Amino acid sequence: MLKGSVGLIALSALFLSGAAMAQEKIKVGVTATLEGTYTVLGEDGIRGHQTALNVLGKKIGDKELEFVIASTDATPDSAVRAVRKLIEQDKVQILLSPLSGDEGIAVKNFAKTHPELTFINAASGAQETTYVDPAPNFFRYNMDGAQWQVGLGKYAYDEKKYRKIATVGEDYSFIYTQVFGLVLEFCGMGGQVTNRQWVPLGTKDFASVIAALPDDVDAIYLGLGGADAVNFLNQYQQAGGKAHLMGGSIMIDQTILSSKGNAKNALIGTIAASGQADTWEDPGWQKFVKAYQDAFPPNKRFPSPSLLATNYYGSTMALILGLRAVNGDLSNNQSKFKEALAKLEIDAPNGKIKLDSNRQAIGTNFVTEVVDDGKGALFSKVVKVIPNVNQTLGYDPAVFAKIGLPSRTVPECKKY
Amino acid sequence: MTRFVERHPVWALIAIIALAILLWLIFAVWPPGLEEAIGRKRVFLNAVFNGITLGGLYFLVASGFTLIFGLMRNVNLAHGSLYLFGGYIGYAISASTGSWILSFIIAFILTALVGVLLQVIVFRRMEGQDLRQTMVTIGLSIVFADLMLWACGGDFYQIQTPSWLIGPIDLPLITAIKSSGEPVYLRYPLVRLVIFLASVVIGVAMWLALNRTRIGMIVRAGVDDRDILAATGVRIQLVFVLVFALGAGLAGIAGVVGGTFQSLSPGEDIRFLLASLVVVIVGGMGSIPGAALGALIIGLAEQLGSVYIPTYAIVVTFLIMVLVLAVRPQGLLARR
Repeated sequence: MLKGSVGLIALSALFLSGAAMAQEKIKVGVTATLEGTYTVLGEDGIRGHQTALNVLGKKIGDKELEFVIASTDATPDSAVRAVRKLIEQDKVQILLSPLSGDEGIAVKNFAKTHPELTFINAASGAQETTYVDPAPNFFRYNMDGAQWQVGLGKYAYDEKKYRKIATVGEDYSFIYTQVFGLVLEFCGMGGQVTNRQWVPLGTKDFASVIAALPDDVDAIYLGLGGADAVNFLNQYQQAGGKAHLMGGSIMIDQTILSSKGNAKNALIGTIAASGQADTWEDPGWQKFVKAYQDAFPPNKRFPSPSLLATNYYGSTMALILGLRAVNGDLSNNQSKFKEALAKLEIDAPNGKIKLDSNRQAIGTNFVTEVVDDGKGALFSKVVKVIPNVNQTLGYDPAVFAKIGLPSRTVPECKKY
Repeated sequence: MTRFVERHPVWALIAIIALAILLWLIFAVWPPGLEEAIGRKRVFLNAVFNGITLGGLYFLVASGFTLIFGLMRNVNLAHGSLYLFGGYIGYAISASTGSWILSFIIAFILTALVGVLLQVIVFRRMEGQDLRQTMVTIGLSIVFADLMLWACGGDFYQIQTPSWLIGPIDLPLITAIKSSGEPVYLRYPLVRLVIFLASVVIGVAMWLALNRTRIGMIVRAGVDDRDILAATGVRIQLVFVLVFALGAGLAGIAGVVGGTFQSLSPGEDIRFLLASLVVVIVGGMGSIPGAALGALIIGLAEQLGSVYIPTYAIVVTFLIMVLVLAVRPQGLLARR
């Protein structure tokens, strides 16, 4: 508790300064993983959030937005604790939360106990959050982990000619969802996923996991993030690993690609899929990258925004545009605001986003390949852009429902 | 050893058979039937080696912990903080000077200094009050954790492995025979072997220092009965300070080791405190050979568990602890 509050005070001080005018305020609570394995992800998420405030401003008509930030550590109980604190102590009216998959499921369930408030998902991507028993006041403007893998299985099969792959992933809902998306598509093409290894979030010693990687496969898919991914790569290098790699959305991301040391070079040439691609030439994306770069000195940010920065930017954007559409009117249990959010279509940096009937994003996905820019910095280069990806991944909803919920063993490797 | 065999012939037989099976598993080329049943030999050998090297790291942390407890009856729950502090120092030194070896030396000196300060300023004032000391160390560990979070942030740090240690080497252990009849040797990360060797050297040096030197004799006498030792005219406070400094310094070195082959971040202090608690409970509070055995058992259990029963890997270490507490509550190698 104490640990969290230090970072919290420092961060909230940043936001509270300069807003001392006696003016009607709308209080918004934000959570990010500023502790534990996903610290770096949380920090960049907050950078994306700040970038959005720089670009869009904090004024809603004659009201002003005020933000309170709370820290979590990617566990569901830490997220619920932070959200409860924001609501009960800080009296926030709207929440921008949370960052990580398991947190998302917990916060969605918690949202049902506060139907009068509005929850905008910040970045979490577990399928279950909006697919199973969604909360009417929980809105998600980013795609889920499975949507973020669309295109990867096909590209690996058709272009890279991979036929047999194995996966290593962190043992929790978001990575289940990512592997779900990959396996559905890759096995649907006729590929085989021979082995799925799951490691606890926060694993430090990957040596035995690395030793257990099968060597009769064409590629190994890595669904790791934050400190876990860096630890894995470091120990993979020490063990002299040489396999072809494929990456999940938080594995092939600036949070890992710009980590210190040279272990990350194992990722050059790795194919991946995500809700963004660092080198996309779209003017909206380039404008966002510029805004991000201008907002922070080079040693306090990544060379290019991470997926988390992009998601926090998108969710903050939805929050502000939604509030402006109703001119900050939060009366009658925020019903007008919620209606506006459900109808809202945002022009996010990573493509147009609209919501389906579960208030889940339909958006654009990117297949990428990691390249070296010649100066030692790694970026994800666009290989393919796939617009209009929905939560059922283009499957008929009835067929999709039969596949089951993402887990360690679901889906089976077959054509559905 | 012979006494143990005479008193427990059945247990001795079981231990010898288990050892023989283990040696056979390590050195023999596995028949195909066995490979099908429990997976490839490479995986098994790697898990065993990883368990042993991880045990080396646990031993570094736990030996200081157990030494301090043995002599001063002080359960220093801030030991994990000393580990993390040493790691951060090591990172700062290796990042600024580029020297890995130097980072060990400075981390040892600085954490030892913190240990001295702790002993002189805090623990000397409440000597003999075990519970009070324990509570104070819990408080200190929280304060240290916050101070380090303030200074270093929530980010994770990794100490760069020197270039001459990067990459694997071939060990003369055959993992499989190719169809052409050519043997495949076990490839293993060099850095882990070096770190393991270093912890063995430190362990042996500590054993020698305790059993073959005058100061070691004094420390052992202090473990047995410190009041009588003080009455004989030994400057016991000085011995306490030295032992505390050594124990803390070892935790600092362990921090650099941990930062090199794993990583450093807030929360690691608690993880290593817990690990060393489990290690000394299994091995026996206050016993250096016990810490070595406990560290080996816990390291092997974690790594073999993560390969063969990944879902329940976390439980295995605690099951071992429960088992030991039930059967031999004083620890495996504790003295009566």
